[in-house]
Amino acid sequence: MSKGIFEIKVGLAEMLKGGVIMDVTTPEQAKIAEDAGAVAVMALERIPSDIRKDGGIARMSDPEMIIGIQKIVSIPVMAKCRIGHFVEAQILEALEVDFIDESEVLTPADEVNHVWKHDFKVPFVCGCRNLGEALRRIGEGAAMIRTKGEAGSGNIVEAVRHMRQVQHDMKSLTIMDKEELMAAAKKMGAPFALVEQVAKTGKLPVPNFAAGGIATPADASLMLQLGAEAVFVGSGIFASDDPLPRAKAIVEATTYYDDPEKLATISTGLKSAMKGLDMAEIPEGQRMAERGW
Amino acid sequence: MKVGILGIQGDFDKHRKLLDDLQTESIVVRYESELSSIDGLIIPGGESTTLTHIIRRTKLMEPLKLFAEQKPVFGTCAGLIMMAKSVDDYRIEPLGILDISVSRNAYGRQVFSFSETIELSDIGKQSFATGTFIRAPRIKSLGTTVEILAHYHGEPVAVQEGAHIGLSFHPELDNELYFHKMFLAECESKINFTDKSNVA
Repeated sequence: MSKGIFEIKVGLAEMLKGGVIMDVTTPEQAKIAEDAGAVAVMALERIPSDIRKDGGIARMSDPEMIIGIQKIVSIPVMAKCRIGHFVEAQILEALEVDFIDESEVLTPADEVNHVWKHDFKVPFVCGCRNLGEALRRIGEGAAMIRTKGEAGSGNIVEAVRHMRQVQHDMKSLTIMDKEELMAAAKKMGAPFALVEQVAKTGKLPVPNFAAGGIATPADASLMLQLGAEAVFVGSGIFASDDPLPRAKAIVEATTYYDDPEKLATISTGLKSAMKGLDMAEIPEGQRMAERGW
Repeated sequence: MKVGILGIQGDFDKHRKLLDDLQTESIVVRYESELSSIDGLIIPGGESTTLTHIIRRTKLMEPLKLFAEQKPVFGTCAGLIMMAKSVDDYRIEPLGILDISVSRNAYGRQVFSFSETIELSDIGKQSFATGTFIRAPRIKSLGTTVEILAHYHGEPVAVQEGAHIGLSFHPELDNELYFHKMFLAECESKINFTDKSNVA
């Protein structure tokens, strides 16, 4: 890999900060997302809440559908590949998608290994539940990290858990003696060099976004106030009663995330959010966040 | 001196760090009222469609145009697009601060983003700089009062008109201080000029 490629990949992630990335399943939805001010769209065949409902194997989207969305919008177009499915990733790169999400929302293709992301020119985003998982993905070449949350649940509780865990893990490293870092790296199963870097800076070496369960402007603001630098909204928009106003509201809430008065105005008059699921309603084996290693 | 960085969306934090390195006070600007306290404004990289939407919705269009009539503005990538007089895309409502026309995403999608050496026009202490181009715009034409500050493969990638500077790349990603220093000098000279005219 030539020098600087990784920085260019992280560069696009930097440009998406303070923005909202929206899941879309048709060119019409992509247009609504762009009109609402999304910084990027995630092209997928079914939103996570429908994947959950329908069951079966969830795979990379049909290229025809991705191309249809690329034609209609000018913002970056992302797409998902299955965990470890490097051929789906190669196809997505050939389609010139702007970002690949190696995602637990799709059915994993490899139960041990993730894609070696350094081999690609296109940047990758990966989900995590804790710092160890985040640093393993960065070690493999991820240019952006997001919380896993629980996709398709409309329930923010898991995203909060994962973001708090990552922040807690990072803080812990910053107060450790040098002597303790190797043991910490061993315990969290993360590359030592990256552990050392986080101990110094207190931050991830790549942008840190939130995903999984964001359904309202307040949810977006909550994740940003907890330290996320941007948000992904999956089912939260197009599974709600009136997607365009909700999409606009979440975009504005991401800019003014620390202004309660503005958030009150932004949150007023939106129709019903997606219904959502309590975590107790999702049986252990069916939680998407448990996929990935 | 205090510099504002438009914090609607994008890599405003990167600009902030660079200004910290240059020991310059800065604030993130998201409200009209904040414009009155700053001596210059940076419009960072990000998505120009998103910037257009929020600027419209929060009615910042006119205040930003008015600000540019009085004080220096500096834009990188999406910032350059927003500063242009015309953009080849109906989705963008630019501010018309620089007499240029630009084309969005003109080098292609992310797989065609690149980092290369660019040539500076003013060969003083430094004749080259690094330019990182992320889904970058191209400057298609420029008015007679617009000066070219840097080229890449013979094409203009950095321009100045009056006190305003626009770049199609991201010096903030490379810790490239050349253009920020130039912008701060413009802010400085505007302050000095205003002080003198107040005395007179």
